Amino acid sequence: MSPVLSVAIKEFQDGLRNRWLISITLIFAILSLGLSYYGSVASGEIGLTSISSTIASLSSLAVFLIPLIALLLAYDSFVGEQESGTLLLLLTYPISHSQLLLGKFVGQGAIMALATVLGFGSAAVLLGFQMDFASVMHSFGLFILTAILLGLCFISIAYVISLVVSEKSKAAGLALILWFFFILVFDLGLLAVLVGMEDGLSQQQLVNLMLLNPADIFRMVNLASLDTSDVNGVLAVAINGSISPLGLLGLQLAWIVTPLVAAGFIFNRKTL
Amino acid sequence: MTTHSQPIVELTNVNKHYDKVKALQGINLKVMPGEVLGLFGHNGAGKTTMMKLILGIIKATSGTVNVLNADPISSQAFESRKHIGYLPENVSFYDHLTGKEVLTYFARLKKVPKQQITDLLEQVGLTHAMNRAVKTYSKGMRQRLGLAQAFLGQPKLLLLDEPTVGLDPIATQEFYQSVDKLKSTGASIILCSHVLPGVEQHIDKAIIISGGKPLAQGSLQELRQQAQLPVTIKTQGLNGALVTDERFGDFVVAADELKVPEEKNLEVVKQLLEMNNISNLQVLPADLEQVYQYYLSHEHLSQKPVNTTEETKA
Repeated sequence: MSPVLSVAIKEFQDGLRNRWLISITLIFAILSLGLSYYGSVASGEIGLTSISSTIASLSSLAVFLIPLIALLLAYDSFVGEQESGTLLLLLTYPISHSQLLLGKFVGQGAIMALATVLGFGSAAVLLGFQMDFASVMHSFGLFILTAILLGLCFISIAYVISLVVSEKSKAAGLALILWFFFILVFDLGLLAVLVGMEDGLSQQQLVNLMLLNPADIFRMVNLASLDTSDVNGVLAVAINGSISPLGLLGLQLAWIVTPLVAAGFIFNRKTL
Repeated sequence: MTTHSQPIVELTNVNKHYDKVKALQGINLKVMPGEVLGLFGHNGAGKTTMMKLILGIIKATSGTVNVLNADPISSQAFESRKHIGYLPENVSFYDHLTGKEVLTYFARLKKVPKQQITDLLEQVGLTHAMNRAVKTYSKGMRQRLGLAQAFLGQPKLLLLDEPTVGLDPIATQEFYQSVDKLKSTGASIILCSHVLPGVEQHIDKAIIISGGKPLAQGSLQELRQQAQLPVTIKTQGLNGALVTDERFGDFVVAADELKVPEEKNLEVVKQLLEMNNISNLQVLPADLEQVYQYYLSHEHLSQKPVNTTEETKA
C-alpha cells in the first residue's frame, strides 16, 4: 500500500472516530434544510422558498461555516503530532514529507468532502422530491462542488498554519485570525475602499481584489449562477464581472494547490 | 563481536551545532551487529540529538554518519528505514484510535505483514486491550504499544529512548527479555536510559556523554577499570575485628564494610576467609550507577575525553 494511502486511511479513521464526519454532516444538513423551509420567514411566509434564494442564503452562511470547520479540522494536523511526538516518529519511517502531507490532505479532505456531500446532498434530495428534481440538482450540484473546494482550500491553509508554528495554541489562534480576516475583515476593507475613495476602484479592479479571497470566489461562483434579482450589494457588482464560472473554479483550485505547495515547502525545511 | 561484519552504525568525528549551541562534539562510535550500546548522560547532554542524527532526521554539521551502509539523511537510506525501529521519549499515540489500529497504521507504513501486528500485541501483552481506544490505556500500556511499534518488521537496528519509563518491574523485565531475543537474532540496539540499575546486564558497551562531548566509552569492564572504582566487601560475624586489624587499615569504611581496589580484591577476600567467626561475605563490584557518577563528577578534572577502546580512527 502506498504511504500516501496509508496516511489517508488513518486520517479518515481519525475523522470518523472523532465524530468530525457526523458532526459536520449534521450541521450542514440542518442548515440547508432549515434555510430551505424557513428561509422565507423573514418575508412573512412559511414554506419552501425558491431555489435561488435558498442557494443565496446557504452560500452566505456556508461561507462563514465551511472555512471555520475546515480550519478546526486541520489546524493541529502537524503541530499536534509534533507535540505528541508522533511526527518525529513518522519521519523515521520510510515516508517522505510530501507523502505525509498529501496523505493527510487526502484523508481529511475526504472527511470534509463526504460531510459536504451528505449534509447538503440530503437537503437537496428532500427538496428534489417536492420541487423539480433536475433544477434542484443542478443548482445544488454546483453549490456542493464549490463548497468542497472551499473546504479543501482552508484545509491547505490550516496545514501552512500548523507547520509554521510550534505550539497547538498558537496554531488555533492563528487559524481564528485568518478566518476573521478572510471572512469579515477583507470584505469590510473592500467596502471601506469603495465608499471612502471616490473613483478609487474600477469595477474590474474590485473583482480582481476579490479573487485574493477564496471565500469571495466561492460566493461569486454561486451567486453568478443564480437569478441576479436575488442578489445585491458588493457582490452584484462583482458578478457582472467578466470571469466565467469555469475560470472561477480554476481559481478555487489554485487556492487549494498554492497553500498546499507552500505547506510542503515549509515542511521540507522544518527542523524537529 | 563477529570480525567479518560491517558496523551497523558508525559515527566518525561527528559534530552537530545549532546556531550557537554545540549539541555534539567529536563523537566517534561504532555499533556492530548484535551489539547493545547504552547511551548515558544528563538531560540535555545530547542523547536525543545523537539518536536524531542516526535516524537521519537531522544532518551532522561535520563528520560522517553511516547507518546500514548509507548516510541516513541521503535518499539511498530511505528504504533501509524499514529496518530501523525507534521508540521516542514521551510519545503519545493517536488517542481516538484503538491499539490495533495504531499498530496497523505503522505496519502499513513499514510494509510489514499483518500477522506481525497480532503477534507483537501478544508479545507486549496488549491482546486484551487491542480493540480499546488508546486514550483508555495506562502509561505502561502506552509504552508497551510504543515498543510493539518499534519492534515492527524485525529491525536490524533499534533505537530506544527511555524505553522502561513508566513500566512496572515485571514489564521492565519482559521488555529486556524481548531486547535480548531481538539481539540474539543479530539486531543492534542503542538504548538510552536514566534508569541505570537493571540495564547493566543487557548492554555490551556504553558511552557516557555530557555537554555534547563523550566522557567515556567502552565495555563496562573497561569503564570500570578506567575509573578504578573500589570493590565493596561486606562482611558478617566479625564483630568489629575489621577495624582493629591493621592489614585492612585504609580500606575500612564501616565496622563491617571494606572498599578495596579491584586488584587487591582477591588478596583481601582470602585474608577475610581465614579469619575466625566470619559467617558471610558479599563482594560488590562498582555498578553502572557508580561508574556513571564517577565520570560525570570527574568531567571538569579531565577535559580530554577518556577513550578506552580503539574506536578512534583518524
